Amino acid sequence: MTAVIIIVAVVVLLLLVVALMYNSLVRSRNRVDNSWSQIDVQLKRRYDLIPNLVETVKGYAKHERETLEAVTSARSNAMTAQQGGDVAQQAQAENALSGALKSLFAVAEQYPDLKANQNFLQLQEELTSTEDRIAYARQFYNDSVLGYNNSIQTFPKNMLAGAFNFEKREFFEGAPEETGPVKVQF
Amino acid sequence: MTDSDASAQPVARTDFYREIRRNKWRTFVILAAFVALIVLAGIAFDILLGFGIAGVAIAFVIALVLAFLSYFNSDKIALAVTGAKPADGPEYQRYHNLVEGLCIAAGLPKPRLYVIRETAPNAFATGRNPKHSALAVTTGLLEIMNRVELEGVIAHELSHVKNYDILASTVAVTAVGTIALLSDIGLRFWIFGGRRDSNNNAGAAGAIVAIVAMAFLILAPIAAYLMQFAMSRKRELLADSTGVQLTRYPPGLLSALKKLQTDKAVVHRTTRATAQLWIESPLDRDEGKKGAWLNRLFDTHPPLEERIKILESM
Repeated sequence: MTAVIIIVAVVVLLLLVVALMYNSLVRSRNRVDNSWSQIDVQLKRRYDLIPNLVETVKGYAKHERETLEAVTSARSNAMTAQQGGDVAQQAQAENALSGALKSLFAVAEQYPDLKANQNFLQLQEELTSTEDRIAYARQFYNDSVLGYNNSIQTFPKNMLAGAFNFEKREFFEGAPEETGPVKVQF
Repeated sequence: MTDSDASAQPVARTDFYREIRRNKWRTFVILAAFVALIVLAGIAFDILLGFGIAGVAIAFVIALVLAFLSYFNSDKIALAVTGAKPADGPEYQRYHNLVEGLCIAAGLPKPRLYVIRETAPNAFATGRNPKHSALAVTTGLLEIMNRVELEGVIAHELSHVKNYDILASTVAVTAVGTIALLSDIGLRFWIFGGRRDSNNNAGAAGAIVAIVAMAFLILAPIAAYLMQFAMSRKRELLADSTGVQLTRYPPGLLSALKKLQTDKAVVHRTTRATAQLWIESPLDRDEGKKGAWLNRLFDTHPPLEERIKILESM
C-alpha cells in the first residue's frame, strides 16, 4: 500500500516538474518571437519618419535631388524586402537605407537655415533615436535567443526540448562594419 | 573594498549574468539580516520595558505597517522630497527617446520620467518593481551631458530598476528607520523611568540582560546604517557594469562619470536618507569642509575614481 502511494507521489511530482519546465520553455520561445516583432515595429517607425524628413529637407535644399531620391528609393526597397521575409536581403536593404540617411544628414550640414529649423532638428532627433532603438531591439532579440538556446541545450531541459520539438534559433548578425549601435554625436 | 573588486570587473558577457544572480542572492541575505536585526531590537526593547509578548507583537505590527506603507509609497516620497516634476514638454524629447531605446534593450516597461530643477548634475531611480518605477534627472544633468553620456547615465539608472536595487534600497531605508525608531523610543523610556520598577526575576542575571539589551539598542541603528551603505556601494558597481551591458559602449558612462568628477556642485534638496538613490553621492565630500569626513565614512557610493578605473578596464 505504502509502495503504491510512494510511486503515485513520485509520478505526480515528476509530471509537475515536467509541466513547469515545459512552460518556461514556451515562455522563453515566445519572448524570442516577441522580440523579433519588436524589431519590425521600430523599422516601420523609421519608414514613417522618412517622408516627413524628405519634405522638410526639400524646402531648403532643392539642389540635392539625388541624395533625396536615394533616400526615398532605399526606403521603398527596404519596405519590399521586409515584406519578402528574407532576413539576409532585409538586412542588406536596411543597411543601404542607413547609409542613404547618413549622407542626407551630411548634406544638411551645408545648409545653416535647415540646421536651424525646429522641425528638422526634431526629425533628426527622432531618426537618431529610432536607429538606436533598432539596434537595441536587435540586441534584445539576440539576448532572448541566447537565453532560449541555452535553456534548450542544457540539462535537464534539453530532454524536453528534444521531445517537444523546441528548435534552436539563429542570432541576428549585423553587417561586419556595423557591429554594435551606431553612435552619432551632435 | 576588498572582495567586491574582483567580482565587479566583468570580462565576458556570461559574467554579467552571474553577477546579477549573485546580486539577487546578496539582496536576500541582507534583507534576512535586516529582519533578524529588527526582531532582536524588538526583543531588546521588550526586555528593557517589560511589556511581555504583547510588546513584541505591537512592535512587529508597527514594523509590518511601516514596511507596507513604504513598499507602496516610497517612490512618491522620494520624488516629493527631491522636488521632482513630470518631464512633459518638447525640451525633454531626447530624455524620453533615450529611455525608450534603453528599455527596449533591457526588456523593461518604460518608467515614469521626472525632472528636478537643479544645476548639480545627478539622477536617481525609485519604485518597487519595473512596472512601478520612476526615473528622475536634474536639469543640470540634461544640460552638461551630450547624448552618449546621458545614455550611459540613464542605462546605469535602468540597471538599478532591472536588478531590483530600487526595491532593496526602499526596504533598507524602511528597516533602518524602524530600527532607529525602536532604539530611540526604547532608550528614552528606559532613561526617563518607564522601566520596570523592580526586577522581579532580579539578581545579577537580570541586570546583565538589561545591560546587554541596552547596549544592543544603542548599537543596532549603527549596524543597520553600515549594512545599508555596504549594500549600496556594491550595487553601484554592479549597475555600472549592467548599464554598460545595455549600451555596449563603456566610453559613454565613462565620460559622464568624468564630467561628474569635475563638477563640484551639490544637490540642495537632499538628505542622507535619499543619498543612496542617486548616481553620484549628492552630499558634499570635499576635503576641509565641515561634515565632509562624516559623509565619506558613511559613503553610499564607491569613489568615482574607482568606478572610472573599472570602466576603463572594460
